[in-house]
Amino acid sequence: MPENSPAPALELRAIDKRFGSVHANRTISFSVAAGSIHGLIGENGAGKSTLMNIVYGFHRADSGEIFVQGRSVAITSPQAAIAAGIGMVHQHFMLVENFTVLENVVLGVEGSALLAGGLAAARKELGRLARDYGLEVPLDAVVSELSVGLQQRVEILKALYRRAEILILDEPTAVLTPQEADQLFKMLGRLREQGKAVILVTHKLREIMAITDRVTVMRQGAVVAEVLTKETSPRSLAEKMVGRAVLLRVEKGPAKPGAALLKVTGLEVRDRLGVPRVKDASFEVRAGEIVGVAGVAGNGQSELLEALAGIRSPSRGEIWLGGRALVREKLDPRARRALGLAHVPEDRLRMGVVASFSAEANAMLGYHDRPRYSRGLLLDGAASLAGCEAKMKEFDVRPAQPALRISAFSGGNQQKLVMAREIDADPRVLLIGQPTRGVDIGAIEFIHRRLIALRDAGKALLIVSVELDEILGLADRILVMNGGEIIGELARAEATEEKIGLMMAGVRGEGGA
Amino acid sequence: MSAPVKLPRWAELGLLPLINLIVALLISGVVIKLLGESPVSAFKLMVAGSLGTQEGIGYTLYYATNFIFTGLAVAVAYHAGLFNIGAEGQAYIGGLGTGLVCLWLGDWPFLLVLPLAVLAGAVFGAVWAFIPGYLQAKRGSHIVITTIMFNFIAASLITYLLVNVLIKPGQQSPETREFAANAFMPTATDLLARVGITFSATPLNLAFGFALGAAVLVWLFVWRTRWGYALRVAGENPAAAVYAGIAPPRIIIGAMLLSGALAGGLGLNELMGSQHRILMDFPSGAGFVGIAVALMGRNHPAGIIVAAVLFGALNQGGSQLSFDMPKVNRDMVVVIQGLVILLCGAMENVFKRPLAALFAKFGPKQGGG
Repeated sequence: MPENSPAPALELRAIDKRFGSVHANRTISFSVAAGSIHGLIGENGAGKSTLMNIVYGFHRADSGEIFVQGRSVAITSPQAAIAAGIGMVHQHFMLVENFTVLENVVLGVEGSALLAGGLAAARKELGRLARDYGLEVPLDAVVSELSVGLQQRVEILKALYRRAEILILDEPTAVLTPQEADQLFKMLGRLREQGKAVILVTHKLREIMAITDRVTVMRQGAVVAEVLTKETSPRSLAEKMVGRAVLLRVEKGPAKPGAALLKVTGLEVRDRLGVPRVKDASFEVRAGEIVGVAGVAGNGQSELLEALAGIRSPSRGEIWLGGRALVREKLDPRARRALGLAHVPEDRLRMGVVASFSAEANAMLGYHDRPRYSRGLLLDGAASLAGCEAKMKEFDVRPAQPALRISAFSGGNQQKLVMAREIDADPRVLLIGQPTRGVDIGAIEFIHRRLIALRDAGKALLIVSVELDEILGLADRILVMNGGEIIGELARAEATEEKIGLMMAGVRGEGGA
Repeated sequence: MSAPVKLPRWAELGLLPLINLIVALLISGVVIKLLGESPVSAFKLMVAGSLGTQEGIGYTLYYATNFIFTGLAVAVAYHAGLFNIGAEGQAYIGGLGTGLVCLWLGDWPFLLVLPLAVLAGAVFGAVWAFIPGYLQAKRGSHIVITTIMFNFIAASLITYLLVNVLIKPGQQSPETREFAANAFMPTATDLLARVGITFSATPLNLAFGFALGAAVLVWLFVWRTRWGYALRVAGENPAAAVYAGIAPPRIIIGAMLLSGALAGGLGLNELMGSQHRILMDFPSGAGFVGIAVALMGRNHPAGIIVAAVLFGALNQGGSQLSFDMPKVNRDMVVVIQGLVILLCGAMENVFKRPLAALFAKFGPKQGGG
């Protein structure tokens, strides 16, 4: 930054932070100008979150200085950060669900001992903010009744109400439809016009390209590049993130679909409260094709996947697998595996692995009672070790240490091991939830390639992903879910981001269901 | 960041409990000093009383036998994600089973009585644990609450039986007649005499061997069988268990059956081995000490044996201490046990962070994530 320009809104000088033996931030310098949107990208574990947590006062840097509007500040807590004019919108919203929007916004800054006076003043101030920034939100609505996009708006309002000049957004689009994301970006544009500094933390290159002015790339705790967005390309950014050349889209030939292996008719799944989460879903998945299920998170995809895998019981409908009626026969996940239905769950750590177990113990989860792992009454340690080693080799899991706790592996390597485990049993049908959630770009490429190889080997694949790019890159046929319904089906050739985005938002496609 | 603190395995399993124990003993020393006695001679007395003589060792291991059974019971449930507070009641009811076999069939040959007594103890204990297990698995009633309540029910039930049904006719004290001699567990003194070793007369008996055998079987079961694997998966991550096709309700019931059966082993030591009749309150708190033993032993059979011997030594050394130092009464011994439980159980991780920091500073570097 040249010396004669005004002081940046936020400047970090030589921030350094270690967690034990992990060097999370290596002498990072970073500055954001007022009236600009600054992208911060990097793979998982690159140190982005640590850096932002230091700025917001969750962590303290071991060394280095933070300047706000040119003045050195000591940010010892989130309160200090707010006082310095820094606001943060977390990936998981920090809202009290059963409070109204107004109550949420004033929480902690009520202004007086009696609520009424503070609330009236806040209402006035929020009206002004809404006008200035195009942030209309029904102030008296209860937060839990708002859509995710509106809840996010409340978070932004909260920060602005606390007079934030610097706004940090952590993966803000993860829970939004493409259209909602566009609205968010428009809003961020307004903030930029009003002179705010916005930091956008994301791993989506598309968003970086679409909205930011400058972008900082982090890798292994260090800043590896800082560039003007208009002077770079997604490919070059991806290479800087990973440190080597990567393919952003996997090459694949046309699908040669065969017989339908998995068939679902009139499936309805209700949650514990009896609310239908999947409504009357009917579709089939054929051998040699990848069917992608698109939708904003929480529109029934998870429940659909779990019902198919045998984890949830549907309240109506039938699932057919190779002539067997899985629902009527009440087959549990184990029995379904035996019939050739493998499942890579959406949330690895919650369901796909046992975090405290070794990689070796995790490599047989779900298959532990197969004869190959048994020797008489006891487990065959040699067989499970050999099995794990083979899977690690085939899927390039690093480090290749079967005895290491699974939680010590990176997200991408955990996912590779889970996929290796499920593919190892040679299933006919493979259900995959969020194949690359929390997975580094380098591993994404590897996983996508393997999925396409499986398709070409004649397996039937059903992939649920909230990453539209992923669905578009992998699927041969796309089902879009909204409010528990399969609202439309598109062949890959006719699918565009706009069409799918509209369906994700609940607009029925032409010729749709 | 609240990342879990990691220590090398040997430090986690060996060093940390040792530090906790030493701190507990130091605090006890301060208390003894305040009472006006010398902590040094008090600890000398305790060690000598529990481990310094054949008699001391015999009593220490005799107490330890009870603690191994109950500690294993707590540990098996723990691995299935269940906090079984009911080992006391399960040991009580399990002991009733063993006692009834000895009472009614005590004149059968020992080699017939023994397996029946073992079986009856296990089955009675398992049945008593089954009910809370079933309620947890099928009805969601919290196992901590139900097992505590079942301790009281067990105590009332046995009081009723002893006072009204099983009492030896013509006496005041609520206990049965003595078992026939065939139902006596061979003592360590007798067994060792057969191989030409003289050992002082103590209550230590063959049940100690059963306890060690149970520990080996538990180890094999939990870490070396597919059922143990399923049990640990269900305990660590029920969602992953369902995903893997393991039904957590079945694991809960199965683990509680096993847990109760193990607790039921206490009667072999206490009734067959020492008292030779059924009497009131024979588990005398071993079920609760078992919780501390399992915690301190990190729910591993080897650790449980070590911790059980330690608590056995505290019990025995404590009796010796209150005998020789009038100012340090029985209650003081309970205080020392309480401190060990507090430091090793409830506050086990207090020294973990500083220790991990030391290791990070001076220990060998591990690969950064």
